[in-house]
Amino acid sequence: MSGVAAVFKRELASYFATPIAYVFIVIFLVLAGTFMFFFGGFYEGGQADLSAAGSFFYWHPWLYLFLVPALSMRLWAEERKSGSIELLMTLPLEVWQAVAGKFLAAWAFTAIALFLTFPIWITVNYLGDPDNGAIVAGYFGSILMAGGFLAIGACLSAATKNQVIAFILSVVACFLMLAPGLGVAQQLLSGIAPQWLVDGLASLSFQTHFEYISKGVIDLRDLLYFALLIGACLYANTIVLELKKAD
Amino acid sequence: MIEVQGLTKEYGRFRAVDDLSFRVAPGEVLGFLGPNGAGKTTTMRIVAGFLPPTAGRVLVCGSDIETQAVAAKRRIGYLPEGAPSYPEMTPRSFLEFIAEARGIAASERRKRLDEVFALLHLDRVLEQSIDTLSKGYRRRVGLAQALLHDPEVLILDEPTDGLDPNQKHEVRELIGRMAKNKIIVISTHLLEEVEAVCNRAIIIAHGKILADDTPRGLEARSRFFNAVSLKLTNPDLVPAARNAINLLPEVASTELDEKGRITAFPAPGKLPLAPINALAERQRWPLAELHLESGRLDEVFRSITGGATA
Repeated sequence: MSGVAAVFKRELASYFATPIAYVFIVIFLVLAGTFMFFFGGFYEGGQADLSAAGSFFYWHPWLYLFLVPALSMRLWAEERKSGSIELLMTLPLEVWQAVAGKFLAAWAFTAIALFLTFPIWITVNYLGDPDNGAIVAGYFGSILMAGGFLAIGACLSAATKNQVIAFILSVVACFLMLAPGLGVAQQLLSGIAPQWLVDGLASLSFQTHFEYISKGVIDLRDLLYFALLIGACLYANTIVLELKKAD
Repeated sequence: MIEVQGLTKEYGRFRAVDDLSFRVAPGEVLGFLGPNGAGKTTTMRIVAGFLPPTAGRVLVCGSDIETQAVAAKRRIGYLPEGAPSYPEMTPRSFLEFIAEARGIAASERRKRLDEVFALLHLDRVLEQSIDTLSKGYRRRVGLAQALLHDPEVLILDEPTDGLDPNQKHEVRELIGRMAKNKIIVISTHLLEEVEAVCNRAIIIAHGKILADDTPRGLEARSRFFNAVSLKLTNPDLVPAARNAINLLPEVASTELDEKGRITAFPAPGKLPLAPINALAERQRWPLAELHLESGRLDEVFRSITGGATA
């Protein structure tokens, strides 16, 4: 376990040793606010609520779609490019320990960025009387979903030494994980595919499970979905690394 | 003890390492020599547990590098080619990370870190980010990382590459000091480094071992080994002198270089120095210099590897 902790600490510190952390956090906060207040019409809605359509959490899948791959693309691709992977892989660590340490650091970093949106929470409480339980659930669902995006991105980053390729592959893969749960996609699909397939695909989507959780309904199945997805991606990440370490 | 048995590594159809076997015992400083692309780095990467071999196996102090990887890696200190590290970190934070990842107990950590800082003279740059350091300092940070846990086995891929002559000398002294009870494997293409620090040298080319000997043993393979060079102040006497030397039974042949220096190569098993010296005295040659040649490693290296540059 100390191996995971060592990698975790190093990785998390490295975000703050470079401009990545500050750029990411500022852009994340600006976009989260912009989407909510301008596109979401927060004031026009007249509701002190963060989970409604068009509100704060509604935009998170879209924010993560581009921002999380920007964070995850460097996880392994950079190590490959700089050669430090050779150092990391010859330390007395199991590969999964390095994978877990890096993933958890990226996840913790995302959680920090998300936590910094707390002024929005304070604002809605100042303006009205929101359901704070639902807001907590929204944050919880958002964190879980960020973990899912990150795990996909980490796995794809391990497959290449080129960060741009890692980014593009991750955005595409994350979009595919998101799309079947979107209303538009369901309408499109239902014209050409049987309903069971449409529902089946939707039940595999981030969107569907995130919506359930952020409504305040915390169902074991939704938690299990994210846990299994993250576990499977990290397992794949470990295998990719073991198969090709050098190139 | 490192035991390498039948090690083979293939990249597609290219065989980088071809059925390599050798053992290294404590106290040995093994120099891995070879032309570029000979398979030195690939071999070291496999022994250090970074690359899996296509065939064969590696035991490090009894632990198989593939099946008991963590146990084996604990005993190894490894400096990868180019001394990679994390450029945004400072040497202090980087080495603290290595200490923690290597599971050095927190109570020991402070002491070990201070030791390697002093050993590699890192104190002045501890709080500077690694990407602002000179190549020499970066290499030393890489060495510090390899030495931090005082490993039984040190594998150093070109440890003095990019260092200036003073730093090279320091690193060689450091290796020499540690050599007594450790197993040290270094790769290099600097022959003077082999003479300076190694007590054993393996020459490989095309992934195969071509020679495995002490540096002195390799020198003895040189045609210059025990040869005698002399130079006369009067160039007019040179042809006659060369003829006279050629007639000595201890001399197999002679060569004359463009500076007028005669080199006499010994007949097999003979030592021509004394007879040539006696001859020179008898003939009253005006000697500018007369000396015994030692073997030339570079020449041995070239003849063994056959100019292989693949």
